[in-house]
Amino acid sequence: MTEYSSILLENAVNELSRLPGIGKKTALRLSLHLLREDKSRTEALSRSLSLLREKIVFCKKCHNISDSDVCAICSNTRRDENLLCVVEDIRDVMAIERTSSFNGLYHVLGGVINPVEGISPSDLKITSLIDRMKIEDIKEVILALPATIEGDTTSYYIYRLIKSENLKITTIAKGVAIGDALEFADEVTLGRSIMNRTPFDNG
Amino acid sequence: MFLQQLKLTDFKNCPSTELDFSEKINCFIGNNGAGKTNLLDAIYYLSFCKSYFNNIDQQNIRHGCDFFSVHGHYRRNGDTDLVSCIQKRNHKKSFRFNKKEYDRLAEHIGKIPLVMISPYDRDLINEGSEVRRRFIDGMISQSDPIYLDELLKYNKALLQRNTLLRQFAESGRFDSSLIELWDEQLHKAGTILHEKRHSFLKTFIPIFGDYYNIVSGSSEEVDIVYESGLFDHPLINALKSGIDKDRQLRYTTSGIHKDDLQLMINGFPLKKFGSQGQQKSFVIAIKLAQFEYTRNIMGFKPILLFDDIFDKLDDQRVGQLINLVSQDSFGQVFITDTQKQRIGRLFDATTIDHRIFEVQSGMVKLTIE
Repeated sequence: MTEYSSILLENAVNELSRLPGIGKKTALRLSLHLLREDKSRTEALSRSLSLLREKIVFCKKCHNISDSDVCAICSNTRRDENLLCVVEDIRDVMAIERTSSFNGLYHVLGGVINPVEGISPSDLKITSLIDRMKIEDIKEVILALPATIEGDTTSYYIYRLIKSENLKITTIAKGVAIGDALEFADEVTLGRSIMNRTPFDNG
Repeated sequence: MFLQQLKLTDFKNCPSTELDFSEKINCFIGNNGAGKTNLLDAIYYLSFCKSYFNNIDQQNIRHGCDFFSVHGHYRRNGDTDLVSCIQKRNHKKSFRFNKKEYDRLAEHIGKIPLVMISPYDRDLINEGSEVRRRFIDGMISQSDPIYLDELLKYNKALLQRNTLLRQFAESGRFDSSLIELWDEQLHKAGTILHEKRHSFLKTFIPIFGDYYNIVSGSSEEVDIVYESGLFDHPLINALKSGIDKDRQLRYTTSGIHKDDLQLMINGFPLKKFGSQGQQKSFVIAIKLAQFEYTRNIMGFKPILLFDDIFDKLDDQRVGQLINLVSQDSFGQVFITDTQKQRIGRLFDATTIDHRIFEVQSGMVKLTIE
């Protein structure tokens, strides 16, 4: 005896519920929604998903998701080619782009060093970063990796590989969020903000 | 601050009870297995969101019942706070402060400081070094969030380094540059933790020594010696020079996770050369020092739980202890004992405010006020 009246429905529910954040009930709701909608909506959805898998490429330079060999950011001549921001993940590129505060180029590592999860430096786009440092005219590298021990370790690993006299290597500041009252900041963050305080005229 | 009223339902062997306490000293008297310690454990629950004895919450539900609940009314500066812990069978534990559910239990810990002195404290002497490390880690973290953060970082880096050592041993290849990355992290966090442990013990040991003399009534020389490889070499050097050994054993052999506290009496290890009474006095003094340290940090007096107070102590020493905790520097105290006459004798002579409760198979009644 199956739970669903149709094996087709059951298949759709099973596939949908494999997605992160979607359980059986939500999957059923989505499936029934699609059945109620116009048939063309479902066709458009499945077409766009298939195309996503077939056509998507990763930028040869920065490994960001792209429609062409070189992504829109890397091929944009108005961006500052001397400035390179190293991030863990494609989502981090999107997050930094939303700030409109950065006009340089990116390099997406695809993860951070984590032996427990089985991720070693050779699984990350580090060799290609070293190659880029040789060919491109990069004057500053910003290490924008997560504020975890694994992120720090990865930053340190990259730092040791790329450090040289003419290269400035920086890391993003960590501290109290804008608009937050100090009393609501957690003790560790606030404690570190005080230890790593910055001169007022730079702020 | 003190616990004014405690209400239990189906907690361990206690079906239902409601008790009003003295602001000062409260005694639970009863035979073995009557449920005296369960009452202390209920009070412990309200401070630490868990049992002192059994980490599996569901097993604290009375046999054959569906849930337990513990409610405590705490009075501080004229205000009353209600703390509740409710555990239903096969449900998540629910913990409330003034009827508001906590998102994270960690938010509650520290609100109602409490020190428990129990016969299990001898684990500090007899068990492995991790028990002693956990003890000082707990004490320092209580007032220093940076310490806790560094400790979590250290443990993570240690796990990563050990995993790497294992992976290298299994695959037969080795890359020292990858190990060095974690060495650096362990060194940074480990050095901070080492310094903080060292300076904590510098404040703690004199307090402890004073209490030992009061509890034991003697002037034996006691000491807690902090043993750490970091006194001899910076951690980074020890990690580098120990790498061959680490590779063989597949784990990290140097670092603050190997630190220990050596408990000494008259210049010799307490574990081997201390009598049972000396060992008992030693751990009680450690716990009383913990009480004072916590009080100084929090700015008010923790609740003190004294399980099985006569265990391995003679009447005279217990008398001294009661006198000590009756003083103003101590707040509310809970004591358990098996013999009614003995407790009666102790309090007959004093004017200190106290209540005595008799416990019989989970039922409690007030006998002396």
